[in-house]
Amino acid sequence: MKICVLVKEVPDAAVEKRMDESSKRLDRSGEKNLNPFDTHAIEAAMQIREGGAVDVEEIVAVTMGPESAVRALHKAVSLGADRSVHLTDDALAGSDVVATGYALAQVLKSENPDLVLLGQQSDDGECYTIGAVVADHLQMPSLTQVIKIDVNEGSLRCERQAEYGYDTVDVQLPAVISVGDAINEPRYPSLKAIMGAKKKPLDTKAAGDVEIDTSKVGQDGSKTAVLAINPPPEKAGGEIIEDEDTDETVEKIVAWLDERKLLA
Amino acid sequence: MSGILTYALHYEGEFNKNSLGAVSEAAKLASELGQEAHAVVVGDDVTEELAAKLGNYGASKVYYASAPVGIAQPVVDVMAKLIQDHGYSYALFGGGLLGFEIGAGLAARLGGGVTMEVTAVKVQDGKLVAERPILQDSAIVDVDYAGEPGVIIGRLNAFEIAESGGSAEVEKVDVELSEFSTRATVVQRGEQRGADVNIEDADLLVGGGRGLGKAEGFKLAEDLADALGGAVAATRAVVDAGWYPYAAQIGQTGKTVAPKLYLAVGISGAIQHKVGMQNSENIVAINKDPNAPIFEFSDLGVVGDLNKIVPKLTEAIKAKKGS
Repeated sequence: MKICVLVKEVPDAAVEKRMDESSKRLDRSGEKNLNPFDTHAIEAAMQIREGGAVDVEEIVAVTMGPESAVRALHKAVSLGADRSVHLTDDALAGSDVVATGYALAQVLKSENPDLVLLGQQSDDGECYTIGAVVADHLQMPSLTQVIKIDVNEGSLRCERQAEYGYDTVDVQLPAVISVGDAINEPRYPSLKAIMGAKKKPLDTKAAGDVEIDTSKVGQDGSKTAVLAINPPPEKAGGEIIEDEDTDETVEKIVAWLDERKLLA
Repeated sequence: MSGILTYALHYEGEFNKNSLGAVSEAAKLASELGQEAHAVVVGDDVTEELAAKLGNYGASKVYYASAPVGIAQPVVDVMAKLIQDHGYSYALFGGGLLGFEIGAGLAARLGGGVTMEVTAVKVQDGKLVAERPILQDSAIVDVDYAGEPGVIIGRLNAFEIAESGGSAEVEKVDVELSEFSTRATVVQRGEQRGADVNIEDADLLVGGGRGLGKAEGFKLAEDLADALGGAVAATRAVVDAGWYPYAAQIGQTGKTVAPKLYLAVGISGAIQHKVGMQNSENIVAINKDPNAPIFEFSDLGVVGDLNKIVPKLTEAIKAKKGS
């Protein structure tokens, strides 16, 4: 079995994210990191390999992004991927979720995986949907927000929480599965793996290398456009208590609740 | 090209509330555009009677198709065919998991645009513009569609249900499914895990999250709820982790509540949780992380260690109520 894991470089959790007014895109300057949701997808791939139900020949991390995105690939490799593929091209800048999914699907076609794994959402775009877009282009069955995967011969038994409770779905391979963060507890990379990550094979692809029709990508190829960025409706900020003396804190909370007749 | 097509999710003979909201919203928007709002129901158990009910929410025509239920791709096949045959300009979905998957698959299939987590839709220059909060709701973007179809996926509870008293023409459609749409099969749907608890009728709720540390940590939340005379609710993360029953879950794929008091302990306040409880009258949050998003929408925020604060709070409330 060959598994491709889609990963993304996102602004680090500690960086305050903001929109760039002129380009109407996320300001991606500042410290960046591998999307935390993607670490669960890599871990899921590792657990399939280590589970022994199938023979996993290769785990390949795939990303699309500017030059700096290489660091997300290094991190993915340090967490267990055998090699990585970096799709990077100026023509791709400003792609929306549909355009990005199309471009990633083109890379995946050239890799021909049995299973594509990804995290349920990116920490910055919060679209939750790239897996469904990729799957439609690859004409593979797909499921998002999966929290348990059991591997059988030629298929996966997946569990997830949907609108009415937990669903169990059998998905035949090849397939595209996005995983929820409850699926596993990602391991930490060893120092040796971190040091060795840069030595693992990394292929860089331009749009033309994977036959991407550039009229379908980038800002011009995207079918959605941000017209305006507005502040959220004003909401009076709540009162904040820093707990220094817990007895005093508790007294304040009780008084607050009592004032609002919530302790009647 | 004109009109709005809405997908209505159903389960055990009832339509999903978010879908009814979406059908109502589509009817309102279509009337502003001078166009029609149609709806589609997909499943192996759909009857003409069930489909016709959507007329009461403003759909003038309802299609229904027999296909596997509970997975997105068969619905994409059905909607793609309807859009190609009838030229709808927009597809609209209420909040929920399937809508995200169907909407995105549809946009990919037809080369349209998609916007998700939409909280409002407005008519501007004869077109629909979607309002979408981004970056943990710190900004709202107006999204415009170039070309058709434009796919709009609502956030949970974004669209209000409105009964129009109207009726709909109903038409059964036969759609050949894509080969890959038939390669996922639902083995079990709607399994309830854990005890059956009622949180929707409680006036006072204590919500517990990952900050409680482990399943046993919920004892703290339960003791506090007992002292208040309320019930305990939970986030998706802890339900998926098996710490608390699914029936107590609030948010995107759980329940929506609006109690007099929502007291959140160890909950960071992810959007998926927020959408299920933000209409509570009073929101109090106890969390050790001063940057937790929940403090952005709580009325009283307490920054501190819940393990120190909650037991003392429980005792203090008992003492107060006993006095």
